[in-house]
Parts: sequence; C-alpha cells; structure tokens
Amino acid sequence: MSWVNAVVQGILLGGLYALVAAGLSLVFGVMRIVNLAHGVLAVLAAFGAYVLGDTLGLHPFLALLVVVPVMAAVGYGLQRGLLNRALGGGELAPLLVTFGLAVVLQNALLEAFSADSRRLDLGSLGTASIPVTDGLAVGVFPLLAAVTGVVVIAAIGQFLARTATGRAMRATSDDRDAAALMGIDGRHLYGVATAIALATVAIAGVFLGARSTFDPAAGGTTLIFAFEAVVIGGLGSLWGTLLGGVVLGVAQAVGAAVDPAYGVLAGHVVFLVVLATRPRGLLPSAVTA
Amino acid sequence: MSALLEVDAVDVSYGDAQALFGLSVTVAEGETLAVIGANGAGKSTLLKTVAGVVRPRRGDVRLDGASLSGVPAHRRVGRGIAMSPEGRRLFPSLTVEENLLVGAHSRRPGPWALDAVYALFPLVAERRARSAANLSGGEQQAVAIGRALMANPRLLLLDEVSLGLAPVVVAQLYAALPQITAQGTTVLVVEQDVHQALAVADRVQCLLEGRTVLEGPADRVDTAALSAAYFGVDA
Amino acid sequence: MTAVAQRPAAVRVRRGGRAAWAGAGLAVVVVAVLGYLPLLTTRGTQVQLVGLFSLVVLGTMWNLLAGYGGMVSIGQQAYIGIGGYGLVYLASTVGVDPFLAVPVAAVVCAVVAWPISYLAFRLAGGYFAIGTWVIAEVVRLLVTQVDALGAGSGASLTGFAGLEPTYRIAYVYWMSLGIVVLVVGGVYLLMRSRLGLALTAIRDEPTAAGSLGVAVTRAKRLVYVAAAAGCGLAGAMVVANTLRVQPGSAFSVDYSAMMIFIVVIGGIGTIEGPIIGALVFYALQDSLADLGNWYLVVVGVVAIAVTLLAPRGLWGLTRGRVELFPTGYRTGSR
Repeated sequence: MSWVNAVVQGILLGGLYALVAAGLSLVFGVMRIVNLAHGVLAVLAAFGAYVLGDTLGLHPFLALLVVVPVMAAVGYGLQRGLLNRALGGGELAPLLVTFGLAVVLQNALLEAFSADSRRLDLGSLGTASIPVTDGLAVGVFPLLAAVTGVVVIAAIGQFLARTATGRAMRATSDDRDAAALMGIDGRHLYGVATAIALATVAIAGVFLGARSTFDPAAGGTTLIFAFEAVVIGGLGSLWGTLLGGVVLGVAQAVGAAVDPAYGVLAGHVVFLVVLATRPRGLLPSAVTA
Repeated sequence: MSALLEVDAVDVSYGDAQALFGLSVTVAEGETLAVIGANGAGKSTLLKTVAGVVRPRRGDVRLDGASLSGVPAHRRVGRGIAMSPEGRRLFPSLTVEENLLVGAHSRRPGPWALDAVYALFPLVAERRARSAANLSGGEQQAVAIGRALMANPRLLLLDEVSLGLAPVVVAQLYAALPQITAQGTTVLVVEQDVHQALAVADRVQCLLEGRTVLEGPADRVDTAALSAAYFGVDA
Repeated sequence: MTAVAQRPAAVRVRRGGRAAWAGAGLAVVVVAVLGYLPLLTTRGTQVQLVGLFSLVVLGTMWNLLAGYGGMVSIGQQAYIGIGGYGLVYLASTVGVDPFLAVPVAAVVCAVVAWPISYLAFRLAGGYFAIGTWVIAEVVRLLVTQVDALGAGSGASLTGFAGLEPTYRIAYVYWMSLGIVVLVVGGVYLLMRSRLGLALTAIRDEPTAAGSLGVAVTRAKRLVYVAAAAGCGLAGAMVVANTLRVQPGSAFSVDYSAMMIFIVVIGGIGTIEGPIIGALVFYALQDSLADLGNWYLVVVGVVAIAVTLLAPRGLWGLTRGRVELFPTGYRTGSR
C-alpha cells in the first residue's frame, strides 16, 4: 500500500512542479530567456505569505490575494526595468543578470529571515484527508494544490491559444520585428509574460511553502525541479510539462519511499535518463519552441 | 489633394553605410505611388523609415502634417501606417486566420475585417485554418497584404510584392489593388518589376543609390528615360 | 572615387605590440616576486594567497567556458568537488603523494567530464546552465552516499603527515602558484592556437562557424573538458590549503556565483579580466566580511550593474587600448 501511496503523493506533487515550470516555460517560449531567478522568486512569494500570516494572521489562501498581484507587478517591473535591457546584450547577459538577481534575492532573504526552515500554516486544512481505501488517504490540501496546478496550466494554455494578447505573444515569439509592424509593443508584451509567470510562480511558491518546509536557499532546488519537469516533458509543450512534473514527482516520492535520502536523487536520475534517451522529452511539441 | 505622407530630406545609414541621401517623397491622400529602383537603391530602406523600423539621421517623416520622429514602429500602426514587409514575414507558428487577427492588433476601425479580406483573396479564405508555414509564396504574400489591411491603414506600404513569385501570381495579387484603393487607402508600393509598378500606380518615383533620379505620372513616363534612370546610365 | 590606388595598401598583421612585451615582462616579475614570498611572509599570508590563487584559476576557467566557449555553466562545482575529493581519496586512502595526487585528481575530472559533456550538450543556453547544476547536484548526492569518502560529514587530508607545517604550507603555496601560471598560460596559448581562432568564430557566429567547417561541438567539448580539469586543480588546491573537504561546501553553487562575478566584474572574454576580477572579489570579500550575507547582495548588484552598463567589465574600461596578453590579431596599413 505504501507504494501506491507514494505514487499518488508523487502525482499530486508533480502538479505543483509543473506549475513552477509553466512560468519558466512561458518566459522562455516568448522571449528565449531562461530566468535563473525563477526558483528564488517562488521562495520570495512563500516568504510574502509567511509575513502576511505572521503579522496579520492571514491564512495562506487569503495571502494569495495579496501575494499574486504583487508578484505580477514585480514581474512586470522586473522585465521593463532590468530584463528588457539585458535582452539587448547578447545571449549571456540575461543569464548573468537573472543569476545575479537570484544571488541577490536569496542572500537578502537570508539576512531578513535567517536560514531557519519555515512552513506556512494551513490550519485544519493541513491535516484534512479523504480516505480512499484502507490505508490509503489523500490529503485535501495536496489534492487542492495539484488541481490548482492543472487549472492554472490549462488557463495559460487557453490564454495563449484564444486571447488577442496570447496570440500577440506567440507572434512576438516567432518574429518580434514583424510583430512590431502589426502594432505590438514587444517590451510591454514581455512585461505581461513575466507578470503572468511570476503570478503563477507565486501560487506555486505559496502552495509549496504550505506543503513542506522552505528556507531562503530553497530557490535552487525549486528552479532545478521546474527545469527537470520542462525537459522531461519536452520543451515548449505545456501538457508535456505537466506530464514531466508528474513523472518527476512520482520518481521522487518512490525514491524517498525506498530511502528518504534517495528521493531527490531518484528524480535527477530519471531526468538524466530521459535526457540521454529522449532528449526532446516525452511529449515534444509539434512546433519547435 | 493634400499630402498624407511627407518624407522630407531624410538621411538613413546602417552603421557606416549610408542608404538614403536627403531623400524626399510625398504621397497625396488616396494616391498610389510606386517607388522603383534596382537592388540597393534604398527602396526598402525608405519603407522601413516610414514604418519606423529604422530612424533617419537627418530629415523628418510626417503623416498628415504631424512629425513621426520619436514615434516607435508599433505606435505608427495606430496612426494608420501598415506594412507588408519584404519577405512576407508571416508568423509561422500561427494559422492564417491568426496571422490576420494579429494584423488587427491595434484595433483601428475601418472597412477591413476577416470577411472583407477573405472576399478580397478567396484563396486565403480556403487556407484560413492552415499553418502559415505551409503556404505557397503567392498565398503567403496574399496573407501578408491581408494582414496589413486588417490594421485598416490610411497608408499601406507594400514591399516587393513580386519577389520570387511567378508573373501570373504577381498579376493576380496586383489585381486586388484597385479594390483596396477604392476604400480611400493611400498606397506606397516598392517594386523591382517596373511594368507591374507602372500598371498599378498613379505616380512613379525612381531611386538610384539613395537619391531620386526620376519622377512623374505613371501613364506619361518615358520608358527609355526610366530604364536609363533605373540602371543609372546617361540616356 | 576620386583616386584609384595603384596597388593594395600593404597590410601588416600583428599581435599586441609594446604592451604585450610589457605584459610578458610584468608577468615574469609578478610571478618571481610571488615565488619569493614564502621566504618573507607568514604562513597565514601564504594560506590567504592560495585562496586568492584558487579564485584566479576558477575565474580563468569560467571565462574559458563562457567568455571563449560561449557556455554558461553553473555546475563547475561538480569538478571542484571531484578535484578536492580526488586529492583526499588518493592521498589519504590510496596513499599517493599529495603533490602527485593533485594532477591525478585533475585528470580524473577530465575523464569524468568527457562522457558528461555528451549529456550536457543536449541542452543549450540557459537550459545548459541549469543542466550542469543538476549534474553537480547528482555528484554531490552520490558522494554523500559513499562512506569511504566520509559521507555527509566529509573527510580530512592526512597525506601530508610527516611534513612540517611551515614546509607544507610553502610547498602548497608554490604548487598553487605553479597551477596559476599553468592555467593562465595554458588558456593564453590555447586562445592563440587554431582552436582559439575557431572558438572566437563559434562564439561570434555558431551557425556560420559550423558551415565553415569548424567542428563546433568538438571544440566546445575540448573546452568543457579542459575547464573541468582546471576546476579540479582549483578544488584540489583549496583542499590542500585547508586540509578538509565537505560535500556541502565543495559542491556548493556559491562557487559558480563567485566565478561568474569574478569574470563579469573583471571583464569577460579576456585573459586579464578574470585575474582583475579575482583581485577585486578577494578585496571585497575581505573588506565586506562584517556584512555577512549582505556582501553577496552587494556583489550581486554590482555584477548586474556591470553586465548592463559596462558589459566588458573593469578591464574593458581600458577600451582594449592595452592588451597585456593579446589573443587576437590586429591589422593596419603600414
């Protein structure tokens, strides 16, 4: 029964990994930047919810109503103020700037909150569970987190496919100069893409922070897991990313069931095996992104 | 007729290489002007300058008397300048219909919408759900023109419509031009194909190495003088 | 054209010039003075200087990867750790002389890096960067599973037993100085070779370089493997200096942060840049030590500002007027 349990937990965790990864993918898809600060920004959001809970007593879910718009605004400002400039500086500049940003944010968080591990308090929701069979119960919160992940990813997919702004983003991704001739302001659109990415990573960060403990240094692993989900699933495919997140989550949960020390390692190994045998991922997108 | 577009003595350079030398071009409201010239004459640079893709070092571009200096390319669409760029530049990961819809991004009101473009180019209507990457050259050009029309421009810029296309296809595309100008749209077309240009334009202006060497009404231009101007030899 | 040249102007192709001779002279003097230092300074100073030397080596290696090879890696700590652990294992467990174990550890890094490159090169750009980090994490997690390497708590270097501390420290110092000369000189010679020319071509225009027959992947692989060996040397150097290796610090991503800042602040794509960057970083580290983590915040902000405002770094502020170690050619009419 513990194996089934591990797989179920892994699937649910995978939904959250995919949610972190979706923002990473979106930004890469639209402007070909890999934001190396993506993981730290998730942790920043978790700390935001932590402060709101600590000072105002806000439940993490209520804190989302503040954290998500604030992070979206931060994303827009970050893109317009910093990343758009870096885009003009060749291939290395965005990587160096986002890595610098990750180091700055992580160490600022370390100074502000110390290296102590924290966890967002969900109250009674944290322990509530639905019994499925004898010995197998699914936690209400992990289920909610996974469903949120799927819903947000589906929403991003619909946004890109159906809305005028989403269409403009795909056009800009294809050919930014031609898009400008259609009246599309690339700098603004990039800002919107990063705002969406940070809004989704804020949701993911708060859910991850309520699911298990986090500390200022957790951004690195968060980024790595998101990246692994993207590569396992296949670059440029949102549903592939979801699959990649689930595969990664299951690998980690099953590995941890064997020996707690093997959880993360098992995830890395699955990633490396996919990279070696199916470098385009499990669900490669039809159009190369 | 008042001037809709005035390009006033512009110098344009790419790095050290100067492409336009004090070039002036005026297009009246409702007029169709063909700018012709050999490769490297500066025709495309002229269109890019009007569209805001390149900035002139000297001189000014005015639309309806208002200077466009400092107005970026994406804002010029809202003012009524739309371009079908050289090489079509369709968005390959979008469908034909999505390409057209992107053209309407600035939401200028006017006669052009999906059904009007489909009526103008019935072939495009048939391909509406197809990926823009899987079209023939002529179809791509029709979509590119339709995409520019979706912005309901006052001034339509057409860059090298004939490039790489069979003459019969070029003729089909230009056959649509009267229906466009019938809506009052002003057209600035850049062409290497002189006969096609003379057939569709009210007026023609010939460039050589970034300067005007000949201009006049399309129906009264002397072909010998024109070909001399085109190739830069003394007639 | 008013005048037509009778014949093409004679073109002289040259490299460097007076500054390069001055640079070579300066390098010899600096190395000679540094080599003499153990006879004049305390052991503490020498230990500190070895720390600085390791920064120079790390910066130079990261510059080789990113500045010349166009590969942004945030996983070189994999090889720093393997170099450090390799030294400890060879010297303490196998019983190899530590001074021999250092180059052997570097060779081990190269041997490990070769197959890994096949995996890492499946990713490009930013995804390559994170991929290298994952690989470093895998190595770290594997090492913490091995009891013979001290698992999670690390191991000590005991191979120097019998050597008096004064001599040990001086020998490690000289070895480290030798490694700096080897690594900096090696990159200099590499960049002046045909491979260096190919790398410049790849960095500036990979597609064109590929079609011109430059074996892009092979050149990059060679750089990746060489950088792994160099980082292994640095890792072994650090452990020979501190006598201790721990998985958490030897495989820490902070090394990548350090390397990137050194190269960015000093000036990417030059031989001199990483040396200057290492000096600046070392000075900052020393003077901002009281600030705790704020010091990394400051360094990070400086690196972002340099990337955006002065992308050629401190050395770039000389605007290429001075090239102490010229790797490119200049052409000019006589």
